[in-house]
Amino acid sequence: MNAPLALSAAPVAASELDLARIRADFPILRQRVHGKPLVYLDNAASVQKPKAVIDAIGECYGGYYANIHRGVHLLSERSTTAYEGARDKVRAFLNAASVQEIIFTRNATESINLVASSFGGQRIKAGDEIVITGMEHHSNIVPWQLLCERSGATLKVVPFTDAGELILEEYERLLDSGRVKLVAFVHLSNALGTINPVKTMIELAHARGIPVLVDGAQSVPHLAVDVRALDCDFYAFSSHKIYGPSGVGVLYGKKALLEAMPPYQGGGDMIQMVTFEKTEYADLPNKFEAGTPNIAGVIGLGAALDWLNAIGLDAVAAHEHALLEHATARLSEIPGLKIMGTARDKAALAAFTLQGVHPHDIGTILDREGIAIRAGHHCAQPVMQRYGVPATARASFAVYNTRDEVDALVAALWKVKELFD
Amino acid sequence: MSDLRDLYQEVILDHNKRPRNFRILPQPTHHANGVNPLCGDRISVFLDIEDGMIKDIAFQGAGCAISSASASLMTEALKGKPVNEVEHLFEAFHNVVTTDCECPRGLGKLGVLAGVRDYPSRVKCATLAWHAVRAALEQRKESVASE
Repeated sequence: MNAPLALSAAPVAASELDLARIRADFPILRQRVHGKPLVYLDNAASVQKPKAVIDAIGECYGGYYANIHRGVHLLSERSTTAYEGARDKVRAFLNAASVQEIIFTRNATESINLVASSFGGQRIKAGDEIVITGMEHHSNIVPWQLLCERSGATLKVVPFTDAGELILEEYERLLDSGRVKLVAFVHLSNALGTINPVKTMIELAHARGIPVLVDGAQSVPHLAVDVRALDCDFYAFSSHKIYGPSGVGVLYGKKALLEAMPPYQGGGDMIQMVTFEKTEYADLPNKFEAGTPNIAGVIGLGAALDWLNAIGLDAVAAHEHALLEHATARLSEIPGLKIMGTARDKAALAAFTLQGVHPHDIGTILDREGIAIRAGHHCAQPVMQRYGVPATARASFAVYNTRDEVDALVAALWKVKELFD
Repeated sequence: MSDLRDLYQEVILDHNKRPRNFRILPQPTHHANGVNPLCGDRISVFLDIEDGMIKDIAFQGAGCAISSASASLMTEALKGKPVNEVEHLFEAFHNVVTTDCECPRGLGKLGVLAGVRDYPSRVKCATLAWHAVRAALEQRKESVASE
């Protein structure tokens, strides 16, 4: 007898990925935590690494490691080729015009600090204004506050709605002061999941001649970024949030801007010629990469981008979107649970509070169920202040997460309620 | 769930829901704020000290069940005690939440927090109120962080 034709209502997008194969790429996911299968939902803090990345780092150290840009010997040449090869992978990933526009740093935080120190130090003066938004990570607040303290400039903040969407009229009003010299905002909020309308926001700033830095730490693993289509002036992200190793960050900057900027740090590798009277700086990108960089880490980032490209960011985004929709629906069934951040354009994470239970207690109880989430202020204390909560719990998704894991999260949250009610 | 009950004992859940001495003393002789920068817990402690005795003690703030219950239990434990016993009690309490030591009798109800020892990341929640009290007694002005 023929089986009846299955007319499944399950979302098609989720099945486009071979999840079992993707999960098999992550050795760390195979373990049990407190006797339960690990459910890793703390991806917005840092994402796990596929074997391809772990192997690339091992192969570098085990096979051809040497310092770069200086040796005439084979290992140095091979390391240099691999390191610069990774730079070209980053260029292609962001669709930047030239590898000279790709600077390797320690993390997105350092990328932003580089711009604040070098560009800001040169261009921002007393009386000027810098515009950020109310949903920034501390890494896109504090460098500008430090710059304001040094220069006498003022920080202006774009407010957002209860849903977690920026109020663009207020943004335009702030831009119209005539004193704004730089705009810096987050592409995808780590505390709310909001995807900001970056292209529109860049156009509005550029219409007034104001350069724009985009903090892409959260966005790059979830949505395709084309810096030329966006026309942003600077774009910052971290390797560790896009399946690469920690300790490596990227700053994209338009060549003309980077060329006009003074060096950020002085040292080896960033010079053309040094005498005690005067030093000539190296060309881009080396001018901004003083000292021996994280060679194997950068090579690991290159491997991460290869791995991610092979899956395709569109498929990743579709899968994660389906997870988020499922999570939002299931979480909303829990009485007393409130999701913070309900923007129409949203990705990758659900931040929430549960009435009568502090997020830290939620985090501890979930951990005993094998589920890793983040509990706290997510380095975005002004966002917590905006909603009048000390902290939230946050489940954030990566390409390897499954519907079953979302269900495990929801089941564990019912247990939290049982314990505290 | 059973091991979670070791951490979240009934006494702790009760003090979290209905914290004792949860108020502001209008004119305290000693006062300090404690913050846990990692999780955003904030606590203010107020003491009325007369002739070397803690005549009254109260706290306010927002925090997790462990930090709220610990603060509440601490105020009960310290009320009416001589100031010079605080350090001794704190040391004994700190030992209980960080080591496998036998819980000394003198700690009384504070002993219910012993389960924290199996959750190293929560030790600073349990000790936040104590750090704030010590800061208040030392008349420190700035907020203190636990650990």
